[in-house]
Amino acid sequence: MAGGAASGGSSAADTYAGARNWLLMPSWVVLIVFVLAPVCMMLIYSFLTKEFRGGVIWEFSLKAYDQFFCDRGLFGDEPCAIEWTYITIFWRSIWQAGAATILSLIIGFPTAYFIATRPERTRAMWVFLITIPYWVNLLIRTVSMKFLLRDQGPLNDFLISIGLIDSPLHIINTNLAVQLGLFYSYLPFMVLPIYASVERYNFALSEAAADLYATKWTTLRRILLPAVKPGVIAGCILVFVPSLGAFLAPDLLGGAKNFMIGSLIEEQFKGNAGNWPFGAAASMILLTMVLIILLIFARQQRKAEATS
Amino acid sequence: MNDDAQIAVDVRDAVKRYGDFTALQKISLGIRDNEFFTLLGPSGCGKTTLLRMIAGFEDVTEGAIFLYGDEIATLPPHQRPVNTVFQNYALFPHMTILDNVGFGLEMRGKSKSEARARAGEMLELVQLSQFAARKPSQLSGGQQQRVALARALAPSPKVLLLDEPLSALDLKLRKAMQIELKHIQRETGITFIFVTHDQEEALTMSDRIAVMSAGRMQQLGEPKDIYERPRNMFVADFIGETNLLEVSVDAINDGRAICHLGGGHELTCNAVDEVGVGSKVHMSVRPERLFLSDQPTESESLKGTIVENIFIGTDITTIIDLNDGPNFTVRTSNSDRGNKRIFEPGAQAYVNMEAGSARLLVD
Repeated sequence: MAGGAASGGSSAADTYAGARNWLLMPSWVVLIVFVLAPVCMMLIYSFLTKEFRGGVIWEFSLKAYDQFFCDRGLFGDEPCAIEWTYITIFWRSIWQAGAATILSLIIGFPTAYFIATRPERTRAMWVFLITIPYWVNLLIRTVSMKFLLRDQGPLNDFLISIGLIDSPLHIINTNLAVQLGLFYSYLPFMVLPIYASVERYNFALSEAAADLYATKWTTLRRILLPAVKPGVIAGCILVFVPSLGAFLAPDLLGGAKNFMIGSLIEEQFKGNAGNWPFGAAASMILLTMVLIILLIFARQQRKAEATS
Repeated sequence: MNDDAQIAVDVRDAVKRYGDFTALQKISLGIRDNEFFTLLGPSGCGKTTLLRMIAGFEDVTEGAIFLYGDEIATLPPHQRPVNTVFQNYALFPHMTILDNVGFGLEMRGKSKSEARARAGEMLELVQLSQFAARKPSQLSGGQQQRVALARALAPSPKVLLLDEPLSALDLKLRKAMQIELKHIQRETGITFIFVTHDQEEALTMSDRIAVMSAGRMQQLGEPKDIYERPRNMFVADFIGETNLLEVSVDAINDGRAICHLGGGHELTCNAVDEVGVGSKVHMSVRPERLFLSDQPTESESLKGTIVENIFIGTDITTIIDLNDGPNFTVRTSNSDRGNKRIFEPGAQAYVNMEAGSARLLVD
């Protein structure tokens, strides 16, 4: 309603406002069909009663949330004690996604810096090279990781052949395997935003710092990092959020002990054994958590932008 | 005291090459302690490269650089006791003005409170104390410039390097900053090495100037020296306005050369060692050293026709065409109009100069 519409009166402004509303239609459709509607559906489903062969009965119930947070004993008739099973899965997911994010940052930041400091005409090529592995389907890439990491796989063969280790490392079916899988799945989402902000960085600032007796390390910490902080935060969000809900990497690389939220939700909707309201409730809880984390990041981001 | 102690920066046969391209060809110069020294030249002449080599941002392909007798060419920038005022200031955007100015002191191991106290003093020196808590983006260009100066001066560098620091300011502010910079240089006693492409700025501020072009040093001297006695064509043309004429040298006598201008005109020039009899070279004479008259005078007089008069405020520029010879540009101060006649276009007149006003140039 701002701008052209508010100014009213002149017909040129009216035409402009009308055209603008029409041209904005596709984005409204996308927002309603792909964002608002599914979230509302999920919210509603989470308050319904489960049907035993999958699906729901249209009857209001808090059972799904109760099941998530409350342990009511074997027969389900005891007072609510805290149910740790799902909280543990959530906590593990946050931990795994956090580890994958930090791993991506450690590898992604130098990569982004490297690309941003190449001569301008070769930068596009480096960015292109980074994206090439991602032309392959995520499932196939994750299965390949499984083969790479297993006890008799190429990684262990290589480490043994160069004499670094005597017996194979058991990486597959550990937390580390899941972290590596998530890291590999989402690395470009870390590299690209950081690259964009390092490219905009004024390298004269690094020279000025060196001129004022700062070592390279101090320059990185005190000058470069604060300047590219918005890109780092964006990269961390883009890796952390999908990692939190991922189910391919934990399923294929983590084994049964390293269950994550994504797998828990996926199971609720699979075949006849699922529990739709419970899956929807877990999704809503995940969504709320992600929102809270995003809000915290967004506040950081605003602070970082206000100062640069 | 030995001679070396008087030299702040000693550049010896410094060469800079980027692949096949030679940016600096064997530059040698000694910059004196306490001096306001200017590297002057058009863009791409290598002046900034030389400054960056002294700061440590470019390595030296060949040769050496000494700072008060110590070889510094191999030290990284953060170990050289020199500071730079950058062309676009390069202030740290996320830090306050006070922290910007205190940064160098902190890096030199001063405590945060010590650094802040000294930074406060520096801000007083550049009259920006009231902006200490602001961020650089909240300051005007001129204020940012002064912050950059305060930041570079705060750690008391042995030599201050200034890379076209005034080029982004408007004319009036630039003039004011020229005076302020000169004043601060005298007050602090720090050696300043100043890079500029603006010859007027160089003449105004410098104790000595090195004129550079195409990676070579063309002439080194005091401003008056360089203006009055340009050594070659490039310097005569680049510094100030001048009449550059092609001449052939007929005879040389006692430091005076008889020069042929074409069209039967002859002129006595100051000879230089490098130019012998019979050579075809250029000579330079400044427009303000010429004056017009309706009769020949006792000094050198050449007859011609007035082409046009151009009024430029403080002066009037007259172009006179020597009959069958070259054109001369003559500058008459507006305040002299009472004594000197202004000739209308088409009038016949004589262009005159005192002996020794015209100089032969090395090409």
